Amino acid sequence: MSKKPRKKLVKRIKIDVDKCNGCRACEVICSSFHAVPRYSSANPARSRIRVIRDPLADIYVPVYAGEYAAAQCAGRNEYTIDGKRYEECSFCRASCPSRPLFKEADSGLPLKCDMCESDPTLEQPKCVEWCLAQALVYEEREEEVVGEEEAAPDEVELGLEALAAKHGWQTLLDTVTRLTKRG
Amino acid sequence: MRYAETGFNLEVDLTRGNIECVATDPKLVPLHLGGLGTNARHFWDRVPPETEPYAPENHLVFGTGLLCGTPAPGSNRTIVSAISPQTRLFGYAMMGGFFGPELKHAGYDKIVLRGRSPEWVYLHIHDGKVELRDAKHFVGLGTLESAELIRQELRDPKAQVSSIGLAGENRVFFASIEQGRSSASRLGLGGVMGDKRLKAIAVRGTGDIQIAHPPEYMAICKEVLEFIEKRNRNPIPGVMPILAGLGSPQEMAIHDEKWHTENFAWGNARHRRKGFWTEEIQKSWTGTMERMRTRLLSCHNCPMKCGAAISVDTRLCSYMMKCFSKLTYTMAAMSDLDFGLRIAQKATEHGVDAFSAPQTMAFALELYEAGILKPTDFPGMPLDNEGAFYWLLDRIVRREGIGDVLADGTYWAAKRIGNGAEAYAHNNIKKTEQLPLKLGMLNPIYFLMYCTGEKANITQIEGNFPQAPFATREEREAFIRDWPQVPDERFKQWFVEWELRGEKSIPSYPTIDATCEIVNWQEKMHYIDDATGLCAGLSSFPLKPPYHLHNLPALISAGAGLELDEAGLDRVTRRNRNLVRCLNIQRGLRRADERPPDDHWKNRFPELEQKLLDEYYKFKGWNQDGVPTRETLLELGLDYVYEDFVRRGILEGG
Repeated sequence: MSKKPRKKLVKRIKIDVDKCNGCRACEVICSSFHAVPRYSSANPARSRIRVIRDPLADIYVPVYAGEYAAAQCAGRNEYTIDGKRYEECSFCRASCPSRPLFKEADSGLPLKCDMCESDPTLEQPKCVEWCLAQALVYEEREEEVVGEEEAAPDEVELGLEALAAKHGWQTLLDTVTRLTKRG
Repeated sequence: MRYAETGFNLEVDLTRGNIECVATDPKLVPLHLGGLGTNARHFWDRVPPETEPYAPENHLVFGTGLLCGTPAPGSNRTIVSAISPQTRLFGYAMMGGFFGPELKHAGYDKIVLRGRSPEWVYLHIHDGKVELRDAKHFVGLGTLESAELIRQELRDPKAQVSSIGLAGENRVFFASIEQGRSSASRLGLGGVMGDKRLKAIAVRGTGDIQIAHPPEYMAICKEVLEFIEKRNRNPIPGVMPILAGLGSPQEMAIHDEKWHTENFAWGNARHRRKGFWTEEIQKSWTGTMERMRTRLLSCHNCPMKCGAAISVDTRLCSYMMKCFSKLTYTMAAMSDLDFGLRIAQKATEHGVDAFSAPQTMAFALELYEAGILKPTDFPGMPLDNEGAFYWLLDRIVRREGIGDVLADGTYWAAKRIGNGAEAYAHNNIKKTEQLPLKLGMLNPIYFLMYCTGEKANITQIEGNFPQAPFATREEREAFIRDWPQVPDERFKQWFVEWELRGEKSIPSYPTIDATCEIVNWQEKMHYIDDATGLCAGLSSFPLKPPYHLHNLPALISAGAGLELDEAGLDRVTRRNRNLVRCLNIQRGLRRADERPPDDHWKNRFPELEQKLLDEYYKFKGWNQDGVPTRETLLELGLDYVYEDFVRRGILEGG
């Protein structure tokens, strides 16, 4: 593998909590875009972005669904920023057992923001497009990175990892062995 | 599969504590759409005209608009209906905020409440789980205060709560139902909720709302969103700032209040204060707003920021307000903005309407000054206006002493007080307090709207046609160049020729025929919005809105799976409009009730006014008493209404 610097496209959504007007259009359009068939339904409970709102505390934080966490945090901090008290969860992207966010409403399976990757590629994620308040602003830039290119995991690999996370590698291996023999 | 709507209503009998989920008739959607249309149908079918407002037999319906909760921007309105204690007619008040979409996601189009609970309760809805819970410990608490405590009790920060305060609990005739950053405040529906001993409704939903034809629906939504963005960048020149943009008038964003403070009337809708808006006042009020306004806020899925978080002695948020409630307390009490925003917090927690409450208090003070009410009626009331307002508000919401009389609003209070008090309740239509507006020359368009508006509130019928002509022909021609929202080209011509002075000016221009058409168009837009749940601020209220007669049929069709064209939508809208009128006709509304306040305009033209009403009734297919005729009712498929009217002797049979 080459150690030469190479260009990598970094996608970023800049969130300005002061500009958020609390309308939740991001949640509506996210759930609608990801519905199957596309736009066939709307349901913020399925959205991969949620606005953490506490109107009387003047708290409006759009948060994107990130990694799945099997367990909740042992301890959580509280932040005071500019006189407002935020729970640690207000900024946390995890789909975790402590809260109902970022889980498929029916199955409970974790959701994760995919930046609306689709074919053809969108100019910007849907939530950004619908945020006329500009609390969400999309940014793409190229960064030079040095190091080995990460091989993108293929679907089978992702699937196996998920199964392993659920049942453990040993069970998985045993099962594969058994099934292979049967074949 | 049902599209846009859920197909279910929640029926709650508060007397027995019985809760049922009832499948609705899918045939009602093409007939009435939803929201106000199906609410009106519900009242026709289920609530007889003899029903007293404060009786267990009255129903209180929270009806979501047909498109509520879909991706269409601004589709968030809930239409609350009951027989109003104030007008004793079919009352409806609307709220935006977040309640309607949440209710749809929970799986219901409407909540129908009937009966009266033996104890104070609140209704908790979480998808399929619905329960009545004890609310005794919330009695006496404010609207926002109890909403917050209910969310804590349910451990559900995402629950949307509609609640009443002391005013609703004590059945004040102008009590509101408050809901976060919005409220259903006209016509005393909060009092009906209090009469049912229902403190609040908390709802949380996680279900889908289905769209019938997604690509078509989203294409229109996208166009609407792009139009809003463009329109926000290009305010309309030549009109005052609050009318230049979209949304509800942008009272929270702007500081220039010259127009309101100098053209609207202060006190008990009495005094015009020309020259009030000085540089000093501008500086002081701007400072107040900047200090107390923490953030501009939107309703569910809407890019407009018509509301604001207002902070009273805190850096966070004390309550949320929008629109002209910014100034109603200030102007009624002849005070300043700081006072207005402070007392509005108390008023919001108590849950009162921001037009009626300040006006009723100013009315009381006028009666005091006139000697009709005596010092003994106001024991311990501070002598300054501001102190008096706080004192009166407190008595009204508790119905204590004179407050018990005033709690019925100016019309009924004046009747009870007698001794000439009626002349002081001078700003009502159909027994309801109006905007404190007193003008010079009769405007035929506004005359008809004031007379015939079924909600007795001008903002629910006015909108898409400019309120006044522009000064020059060039300006008018520029305005019509880009005006696809009009029903047809004639409307452009009427506007171009409308002059400030001379032959083609008010009261004789627009002509009677044109006036009928203009009023009808504006009213029609409101009736569409009230059925779809789209916000008037993006549709029927502002000039040149993104939603209009030419894109709404396709939007509604794609969303709900209907086949509506412009003629079809017109027919549904006329059906809804006539059904609302017929509910009120059943309850006694007639031509004699359709009049603006006597002093609304200084220059009146009785003959012209009668002619306007004559022609408008004809245009609408009503008889000269304002009753829809046999032909109108049968044409709209309202045979059952016709039959009822014949039975009651309202129309002749045959």
